[in-house]
Amino acid sequence: MSKSVTDVICPFCGTLCDDLEVIVSDDGKKIEDIYNACAIGAEKFMHAQAPERVKRPRMQQPDGTYKEVSYDEAVEYTAQMLFNARKPLMYGWSSTSCEAQSVGHEIAEKVGAIVDNTATVCHGTTLIAVQDVGIPSCTLGEIKNRADRIIFWGCNPCHAHPRHQSRYSVFPRGFFTNKGHMNRKVIVVDPRVTDTAKLADYHYQVEQGRDYELLSAFRVALRNEPLPETVAGIPREKIIEGAEVMKSGRFGIIFFGMGVTQSLSKNHNIDNAIMLTKDLNEFTKFSIMAMRGHYNVTGSGQVLGWQFGYPFSVDLSRGFARYNPGETSSNDLLRRGEVDAVFVLGSDPGAHFPISSVKKIAELPSVCVDPHITPTSEISKLHVPVAFVGVEVGGNCYRMDNVPIEARKVVDPPEGVLTDVEFLTRVNARLDQLMGGK
Amino acid sequence: MAEYIIKNGFVFDPTQGIKGDKADIAVKDGKIVKSTEVSSKAKTIDASGKTVMAGAVEIHAHIAGPKVNEGRNYRPEDKLFTYRPKSASSRMAGGFSIPTTFKTGYEYARMGYTTAMEAAMPPLYARHVHEEIKDTPIIDEGAYPVFGNNWFVLEYLKNKEIENTCAYISWLLEATKGYAVKVVNPGGTEAWGWGLNCLTIDDPVPYFDITPREIVTGLIEANEALGLPHSVHIHQNSLGNPGNYTVTLDTLKLAEGFKAKNKFGREQVLHSTHLQFHSYGGDSWANFESKSKEVMDYVNKQKNITVDTGCVTLDETTTMTADGPFEHHLTELNHLKWANVDVELETAAGIVPYIYSPDIKVCEIQWAIGLELALMAKDPMRCFITTDHPNAGPFTRYPRIIKWLMSAEARKKQIESFKHSAKMVEATHIAGIDRELSLYEIAQMTRAGPAKALGLSRQYGGLAPGMDADIVVYDFNPEKPHKPEDIEKAFSAAAYVMKTGVPVVINGEIVSNGNKRTLWVKAKVNENPQVMRDIRDKFLRYYSVTQANYDVSSHFVPNPHVIEVDATH
Amino acid sequence: MAKLKLNLITGRTIHQGVAMEGGKEKDAYTKACGIIEMDPSDLKKLGIWKGTNVRVTSEWGSVVVKAVEATQGPHPGLAYIPMGPWANSVVNPKTYSTGMPTFKGVPIEVEPAINEPVLSSIQLVQKKCRGEA
Repeated sequence: MSKSVTDVICPFCGTLCDDLEVIVSDDGKKIEDIYNACAIGAEKFMHAQAPERVKRPRMQQPDGTYKEVSYDEAVEYTAQMLFNARKPLMYGWSSTSCEAQSVGHEIAEKVGAIVDNTATVCHGTTLIAVQDVGIPSCTLGEIKNRADRIIFWGCNPCHAHPRHQSRYSVFPRGFFTNKGHMNRKVIVVDPRVTDTAKLADYHYQVEQGRDYELLSAFRVALRNEPLPETVAGIPREKIIEGAEVMKSGRFGIIFFGMGVTQSLSKNHNIDNAIMLTKDLNEFTKFSIMAMRGHYNVTGSGQVLGWQFGYPFSVDLSRGFARYNPGETSSNDLLRRGEVDAVFVLGSDPGAHFPISSVKKIAELPSVCVDPHITPTSEISKLHVPVAFVGVEVGGNCYRMDNVPIEARKVVDPPEGVLTDVEFLTRVNARLDQLMGGK
Repeated sequence: MAEYIIKNGFVFDPTQGIKGDKADIAVKDGKIVKSTEVSSKAKTIDASGKTVMAGAVEIHAHIAGPKVNEGRNYRPEDKLFTYRPKSASSRMAGGFSIPTTFKTGYEYARMGYTTAMEAAMPPLYARHVHEEIKDTPIIDEGAYPVFGNNWFVLEYLKNKEIENTCAYISWLLEATKGYAVKVVNPGGTEAWGWGLNCLTIDDPVPYFDITPREIVTGLIEANEALGLPHSVHIHQNSLGNPGNYTVTLDTLKLAEGFKAKNKFGREQVLHSTHLQFHSYGGDSWANFESKSKEVMDYVNKQKNITVDTGCVTLDETTTMTADGPFEHHLTELNHLKWANVDVELETAAGIVPYIYSPDIKVCEIQWAIGLELALMAKDPMRCFITTDHPNAGPFTRYPRIIKWLMSAEARKKQIESFKHSAKMVEATHIAGIDRELSLYEIAQMTRAGPAKALGLSRQYGGLAPGMDADIVVYDFNPEKPHKPEDIEKAFSAAAYVMKTGVPVVINGEIVSNGNKRTLWVKAKVNENPQVMRDIRDKFLRYYSVTQANYDVSSHFVPNPHVIEVDATH
Repeated sequence: MAKLKLNLITGRTIHQGVAMEGGKEKDAYTKACGIIEMDPSDLKKLGIWKGTNVRVTSEWGSVVVKAVEATQGPHPGLAYIPMGPWANSVVNPKTYSTGMPTFKGVPIEVEPAINEPVLSSIQLVQKKCRGEA
């Protein structure tokens, strides 16, 4: 008889749904089905136990092929690599638990590494903007219960955060919003007519890369100051109309994503969006929230914050923490050849960094800790498979609104496969030996 | 286990009424024992010529949780210049007004603080608070969940359902592993969910239609019905506004007629926190003045309340509080970066940097008010020293506050250095106060007093046999002449600190991470199916997480110290 | 051969997400991410049918992907490659001191490459790292 495991947390994106139901076999060993997850979460759970799963570490051979090695050998290679490096990069951390991140930080402090997470290619520019102008925000439940003006700027939740609109932002019937989406007006700003835009009440098809101007134009409209005929491809009347829609709500929220964090104006876009939010607070209640990508990139920023004081691109190589995006950030370090070893855990820079950075990883001593075969694992010197957090091992994670939710263990990992925490703890202990208890 | 004897120091222990006599303190198995109970193998710590006190107890500081961490992450500049590299027994440590968790533990310990309470825990984020508490070495900690804007509390108290309120408080304390009933800007922070506020105790909360008066009195009644170790701990409405002392007095008066009921030795029914921010007169920044006298006249005669000062340290610091509307108001004043988080069904938080400049008249007056409150206190067991860290200044300035309180000369020097000293003297009482607090009174205000108010006087805040061996030796000889700077120097880096019988600081340096505990309160109540149904209902309909994922599991609190209360009747 | 100048943006799609979780070494991932979504008017300008392989070149690199019709258009002048190693073969790696490479707003040239294959993610990354592609 199959059993049902309820209130399961989905370890994919920053939406961090916690209402999944996983059906497991009677002996609790096999995942048979899943309810409530989106297509991506469902694939993650249903694919976790695929037969071709890598179960032991693999070391790159001189001819480019990979040979299976033991976990002991993997621990040794990793510890030696970090011990011998003068300035190693320890990157990723976004697809693992806070408990694992914490052990990783202990190692990084010991060996004097750079610790960076996927914010560096995602919402790092948001974090920089927040450091300049702050951020008025709220939890997702506040949106559900109060918000009647929803703006998606430079993000496409239908594709990237599939259950966001049904769980929090558009459709739920909350305490003060008991008519659900019929109480709400949705504005989408995007250079394409995205699937999210197709559902919206207003779509601003902004000229790509000119969001900064449109943000400024909204701020001008709020002040009833004159505007040119079009700004960033949007006619003046539509901008004024949009400002009125925003002002006339009881509680508004701007959700934003890569459309504004990755395009050329980067942190300046976010700065302006935050200032627009602050301006709107003169008229009504307004908040702004970053649509975080990985399910625990927020957690990595939190743990780095309370342990070292900075949310990403943290350089520990001088014995005390330094932070200077552009100098201490992964892609800049790799491009300039300033790191001499790369340790990746909980992300896939091989697929998601510009290829010039990936080339550098391939040239250096490198370790990739990941349950999957990925472009990173296939150019690293060592690939260490581990258990899936949220499926095979529990651990704390932080949602895009910084709410901490503890992911559960649903099934055991494959026989003999270590968790991130177990692998890192062994590396940490080996480093203690190598460093003579320093 | 290890035995120690701390010999020959000048002991200041209000628990036993010792006012500077030379005495030995013996330690065995983590507790203080009579000197006759340790063997000859006991390790001797020579405290000759030095001051010995119990470990200090921090009753209110913002040191662990989401708004503290947002403060850290959004202020990289706070880490410039003061970062300490790691050592053999300590992690790297940085941050001036918002130290990292490692630095928080180390700096408190170096000053001889061995217990600290996180002042405001948003229940939905409790797991985060406990992760940070776990990463704060040495000091025992607890956290206060906030109740004053909680939808359950607002609905129950509107209907005057005290028993249901008690059941909910008991449930929430256990779910969040919390210590006490904290109230911040009652009603006003729920109003802030719509951009509004409650500025007097009779302003009704939008939709919920209940007043701060009703919220506070209801919670006091529930707290005493439960018999919790600490009282209701309140940050009252209208913080920071000129003329707000009237709201403060209105709030304090709500305690009249209530009597403390508990098995922990606590005598107050209300603790009013960072009182400095609530003792303002005038009606604008131009005629802003101190009302510390009016406030302390009331506090001195109303024996069932305790207060803490919230002293301003004259630093660039970071304000952070669950008084969301106040923080928005502050950013409109000083135009510095503003962070805000509204928390569904529960509370909110705001963060804004602030510079308490000795060249600004208002800041000079604020500085005076904080000290006046302590200097006017008739009962040092009911008035405690804090800076509402980091709001009025970093906790690392406690030695400086102690210096100002113990030395009229140091205060005079500070006043003379102010740009507007003539105007600020007119607006305050400080220049006319000669009183200098004694070491005994400092011990009351930083050790015995807070421990008693927290219901922890049996284990903390004193040096009597049976109490926890949290002992501090300061390199300060009370029988020799000294300069004011000597006070600040001695209290900044203790000669010796022992926590639960383990030496943790020697000559101002960390030597061990100790074995910190997390304090939380488990109050057993009668089964209440109504409240359980209401909780299930609100999770299904309004929260954005499921009820099964709300509670903080026990492995987030690896070394718990649970205080049990039986409130079944 | 006609080359069409377009503005490239890269990002998530649900198919990219699902395929990623299914395993980046698999065909599904190549099908989901080894593509460029172009507005029908741009396909016409280039003179190709949808489903034709094209070579995308920028100042920073070059890659072969399959041209498909835009699913979330119209957006003439704008092209979309889902995030992944194909997109990252051509994006602007410069961060302008922010740490963030420029993944959106990359000037590209697109030309037909009918006889050139779309490599799998692993093949692509390994070859690029060896300097072979």
